[in-house]
Amino acid sequence: MTRVAAFLLRRRGGKGWHWTDVFTWMWLIGGVVLMFGPAVWLAGSSFKSPAALAEFPPSILPYVTAEATVEGYEKPLPLYRVAGEDGETRILAQVRRIGIVAQMVDPKAPGEIVKVNIADRTPVREISFATENYTEPFLHFDFFLYLRNSLFVTLMATLITLVTNSMAAFALSKYQFRGRSFVMLLILATLMVPLSVILVPLYSIISAMGLFNSLWGVILPTVATPTGVFLLRQYMLTIPDELIDAARMDRASEWQIYWRIVLPLTAPALAVLAIFSVVWRWNDFLWPLIVLSRKELYTLQVGLNTYAGELNVQWHYILAMTVVTMLPVVLVFVFLQRFITTGIAGSGLK
Amino acid sequence: MAAQPILKKAGTALAAPVAWLAALIDPPLRGLQKATGLNGMAAFFLAPNMAIFGIFVLFPLVINFAYSMTGGSALFLEQRTYVGTEQYERLLTCGNYLDKQSCTEDLFWNAAGNTAVFVLFQVALMTVFAMITALILNRELRGRGFWRAVFFFPVLLSPVVVGLIWRWILQRQGLLNYLLHQVGMEPVLWLTDRFWAFAAAIMVSVWAHMGFYALILLAGLQAIPKDLYEAAEMDGTRPARVFWRITLPLLMPNLIVVVVLALIRAVQIFDEVYVLTGGGPGTSTMFLTQYIYEIGFAQLIRNPGLAAAASILMGAVLVVLTLLQLAASRRSQNAGGGK
Repeated sequence: MTRVAAFLLRRRGGKGWHWTDVFTWMWLIGGVVLMFGPAVWLAGSSFKSPAALAEFPPSILPYVTAEATVEGYEKPLPLYRVAGEDGETRILAQVRRIGIVAQMVDPKAPGEIVKVNIADRTPVREISFATENYTEPFLHFDFFLYLRNSLFVTLMATLITLVTNSMAAFALSKYQFRGRSFVMLLILATLMVPLSVILVPLYSIISAMGLFNSLWGVILPTVATPTGVFLLRQYMLTIPDELIDAARMDRASEWQIYWRIVLPLTAPALAVLAIFSVVWRWNDFLWPLIVLSRKELYTLQVGLNTYAGELNVQWHYILAMTVVTMLPVVLVFVFLQRFITTGIAGSGLK
Repeated sequence: MAAQPILKKAGTALAAPVAWLAALIDPPLRGLQKATGLNGMAAFFLAPNMAIFGIFVLFPLVINFAYSMTGGSALFLEQRTYVGTEQYERLLTCGNYLDKQSCTEDLFWNAAGNTAVFVLFQVALMTVFAMITALILNRELRGRGFWRAVFFFPVLLSPVVVGLIWRWILQRQGLLNYLLHQVGMEPVLWLTDRFWAFAAAIMVSVWAHMGFYALILLAGLQAIPKDLYEAAEMDGTRPARVFWRITLPLLMPNLIVVVVLALIRAVQIFDEVYVLTGGGPGTSTMFLTQYIYEIGFAQLIRNPGLAAAASILMGAVLVVLTLLQLAASRRSQNAGGGK
């Protein structure tokens, strides 16, 4: 034990603990609690029954009061631990409660009713995961549709983004033509035109094209990402031009050069853009909220917001569906975060 | 491990039709190439992306000005009536600029004021927290990749998920009030009290985005040459002096990027706060983007002209901020190059 502690507390150079070391570890450990804690708490709560969710103080694990079916009673009765006068505790089922007196029966001998002061009894609790929080919204609400719409939007938008952005990046990195720098400047300038500035005219254009209340209306305005073009172009610039000249000598067409030579060599940058695009499109909220007004077309984010905005919020379903919505991004985080964190550190894009 | 061959098989199965498709369009493209030459092919490769750009970004940007000078509730421009600068006047007219109640469009001034206060506090807090985190992550730590990931986690979450996570924690009987209860404090109505709802909006958005800015600063810190620190150590320079004289000046370009990016994003704040508070209580956490959304889309009688005018005013602020960034980064580059 002490060797483990010595190993963990060992510092470079073997000097003692400076206050900055203490502060560093407090910040890091506080960071773990603060950054992961809220999401973990939400995920834990999502397995609780509505009754357990309403409890205050809240418990960490999803407890429910145990119940038992007793002969002669239709509904299952809640079980309580009752301290008898002789100091022995018995487990009794409660039939009804009148004021501070509970009428209880022994499940083994249901004939005799025992009267117990409610202060003398504590509920028998057992851990139970309310998996119906997850299954119900898919079976009885539209969440299956929302999931399908979100998947469709995310995959289609990412696919189109990869194709159009890489084509544009290819043209901007491997061809000399007049106005090239103007086109590049134009693309970078659109970085400064956020969605919230062009909401009204964009909406009217989408409507004029008949794409209002269509998933394509959600997909198309988002696919020509300037960051994607920029990222891919920077990467393609590092591909030697000799390679392309050699291919031209061998009578390869420009399309073949793009498709068979440049694209495979750009794979790492394409992978980074694909990850980004999946996260962006999966998380999009404001634009789908405006374009989609028919319920069956909602994406998960819009559907979730709608259910959470109802007057009588059904938290047990909301929490479970939030976890489902969070899941793909958590998977990206677990398996691919190294790509992203180094990608951002390298290029400062988001 | 078993998943790998399956994935590979699926990959090749998927690649075959795509490759076939690519091969199929090659002959007509060869024809195109013959007809137009290399530059023609450049235009061909640019076309899809630029068409989407043009239709969905540039064109809307241009007609947004036209929208802002028309009135009525009709959606399409040709059915709208020209009103000149009326919408702007409506947004900007106030009896007394210190009292938002005296403005014609008091909701707009409320949103603008809220946004200004929000931007001020959120960007300041964000920069300070990101800076501390970056300095700490830049130390010699075991498992640095893990710690870096920790602070980055919330950045990936969707704004709706962020909003709901914190709504769940900040609700009346939520985790935070339970923790307060544990240390013997009174529960706080986090989301229904004007002051606390505003504070919560700031804290939640800092929580959600801080890791991104910390990474940019970390990249800047790691680019500072190590021998500068070694020289300072040999001279026996105090750590505080090292920070002010070496770290901060050399980090300045990254710091400016962080501040301006944070400013630009904070001005447009909408999603997570909208899910968290819905702009409430009352209109105390309603910001500019939500105002535009409500006026242009959510309310019963929409007013696209007014929403367009408000969005142009917001866009003007964003352009000014971006120009400031360009100027500042040019100045810091010149200062660096001069020495």
